[in-house]
Amino acid sequence: MTNEKRLDELREESKLATASPSGGGPGYYGQPVIKPPVWTWEIPVYLFIGGLAGMSAVIALAAAIFHHLDVGRAAMWAAAIGAILSPILLIMDLGRPHLFINMLRVFKPQSAMSMGVWILTAFGACVVPGLIALELHAHQIFPGAFDQSLRIAAGILIFGSAIFGMLLATYTGVLIGATAIPAWFLHRVLLPIHFGVAGLGSAAALLEMLGHRIAALNAIGFFAAAIETALLVWLTMDKHGAADRAIREHRSGWLIRIGEILSGPLALVFRFFGLVPFAAISFLIGALVSRFGWIAAGKVSGADPESVFAAER
Amino acid sequence: MIGEGTKSTNQRRHNYVQENVEVGFFTDPTVCIGCKACEVACKEWNQVPDDGFTWSGNSYDNTGGLGASTWRHVLFVEQDRQKGNQIVGSHSLGNGEDPFRWVFLSDVCKHCEEAGCLEACPTGSIVRTEVGSVLVQDDVCNGCGYCVVSCPFGVIDRRPEPLADAGGAFKCTFCYDRQKSGLVPACAKVCPTESIVFGRLDDLRARAQERVQQLRQSGYGDAQLYDPQETSVRGIHAFFLILGEPEAYGLPAKPQIPTIHLKSAWTSAIATAVALSLATFCAFYFL
Repeated sequence: MTNEKRLDELREESKLATASPSGGGPGYYGQPVIKPPVWTWEIPVYLFIGGLAGMSAVIALAAAIFHHLDVGRAAMWAAAIGAILSPILLIMDLGRPHLFINMLRVFKPQSAMSMGVWILTAFGACVVPGLIALELHAHQIFPGAFDQSLRIAAGILIFGSAIFGMLLATYTGVLIGATAIPAWFLHRVLLPIHFGVAGLGSAAALLEMLGHRIAALNAIGFFAAAIETALLVWLTMDKHGAADRAIREHRSGWLIRIGEILSGPLALVFRFFGLVPFAAISFLIGALVSRFGWIAAGKVSGADPESVFAAER
Repeated sequence: MIGEGTKSTNQRRHNYVQENVEVGFFTDPTVCIGCKACEVACKEWNQVPDDGFTWSGNSYDNTGGLGASTWRHVLFVEQDRQKGNQIVGSHSLGNGEDPFRWVFLSDVCKHCEEAGCLEACPTGSIVRTEVGSVLVQDDVCNGCGYCVVSCPFGVIDRRPEPLADAGGAFKCTFCYDRQKSGLVPACAKVCPTESIVFGRLDDLRARAQERVQQLRQSGYGDAQLYDPQETSVRGIHAFFLILGEPEAYGLPAKPQIPTIHLKSAWTSAIATAVALSLATFCAFYFL
C-alpha cells in the first residue's frame, strides 16, 4: 500500500469520527442541558418516612373517632417518630446543615420546598404535643377536669396532625413534580397520588406489623395495593418516549418497577390469600424502593440532554 | 457598531445600580475568538475555585459546562455547515465540498425575567437586584439544592466538597459587587472582541436585532436571536446571537419555568389527600 493511499484512508476514518455535529452526542457533545438533582439517600428515605408519618396521623384521627384507641395511640407514635426523623434527614442532606433555620425566614407559596418546610413544621408542632396529650389522657395521669381538657387538646392536635399529615404525604409529589426534570414534571399528576397512597399503605402496613390486625387496616391495605397496581398500569401506558425513558430504562427504571410490583400486585395477592404480614412487608419495601427509584430517575433524566429536547416537542 | 473600543459600554463607568436601570449581556459568537479570557476574568475577580483540569476531547472545550465553579463557559461548536458566505473546500482528497464551521459562544447564567431558581429558593437567598439580575446571597443559602432542579438552563449548582465555600449554590452574580461601584462585569470588561457586550437591556435588545439583520444580509442565513420571550421564562437578560438551532449550543428551544407545573401538581396532591382521608374514614366507619 502506498503512503498516499494509507493517508487517504486515515483521512476517511477521521472524517467519519467527526461526521456528526459536535462529536456525535445529542445537543452539545452530549453534555447535560439541565442539572441533575444533588440529593442523596436522605431524600428518598425522607419521602418514605414523611409519607408514612403523615398518613399515620390520618389513621390516628379516624381510629380515635371510631373508638380504636390503641390503634390511634400506635399511629400517633409512628407519626411523632416520623415527624422527628424527617427534619433530621432533611437537615443532613443540606449542603450547609447549620443554616437549616434559614428555611423559616420566608413563606413562599410558589416554592413547593418552602411549603413543604412549613407543612412539616406545622405537622411536628401538632403531632408531638398531640401524642403527649393523648398518652397523658390514656394513662389517666391527671384527675378530673384537667384530664378532660387534655382529652380535648389531644383531639384538636390529632385533627391538626391529620390535616398537615395528609398534605405532608402528598406535597412531595409536587416538590419533585414542579421542577425542570422531564421524568418528574411529565408525571406531576401521578406523583402526588403515588406518594400519598404509598404513605397510607405504609402506615397501615406498619400498624399491622405492630400487631394491630383489625379489619379497617386490612381494608386500607387492600385499597392502597389496588391503587398502586392501577398506578403501575398508568405508568406503563403513559409513556413520553425519550423524554421520560429514565423511569423505564437503567437502574432507575428497575427500582421504580420493582417498587411498584412489591407494593402493587404482590401485596394485593398476599392480602388476598390472607398473608397479611407478607403483604405488609412487601408494601413497605416496595414503597421505599420506588422512592429511591424516582430520585434515581431524576438523576438519569437530568443528565440526559435528549430527554430535555424530547420533552419540548 | 462592533468594535467600539474605549467608547464601548464595556469600558464606561455607570450608575445603573443607583438608577435602577435594567442591564444585560449580549453575546455574539460571530466575533468570538474562543480565547476564554471571560472564563479567566470571571474566575479571578470572583475568586471561584479551580474545579479540576480534565481533557474532554470536545474540540477546544475543556471546561465542560456551567456549574457552581464555572460561571462563564466558552462553547466550541463544530458543525458540517457553511458559515456565512465562507468559501467551502474539501477536507478529504475527494472532489466534493465539505462545509465546516467552528463557532465559539461564551455561555453564562441567563438572568431570566421569570427565574426558576429564584421562585424555588425556600430561604429567600436568591433575590432580584436593582439591575434586574438574579443574585444568590451566599450567607443565606443553606444548600438545599432545590434551585438546581428548578433552573431550565442547568446553570446553578451546589458546590461539592472539598472546594472553598462548599455546600452552597453558586452561579454568575452578574458582578453585582463591581456594578455597585460603577464597574462593568469582569467578563465583558476583558472581552477583546466585544463578543460579550454589557449595557442597558433595552439598548442591547435593539443592538442585537440590528446585528441579526446585518448578519443575515451578509450571508449568515441561520443567524437568530436566542431570547425565549414567548415561553414562561419571558425572556432572558443575558441573551445570545446563535447560528442554527439552540440545541447545538446545549440550549433548550422552549425553556419553561417549573412553577407552571404547580397548579396541576397541587390539584393532584390536595385531591389525593382528601380522597385518601375519606377512604380511611370509610374503612374505620364501616369495618
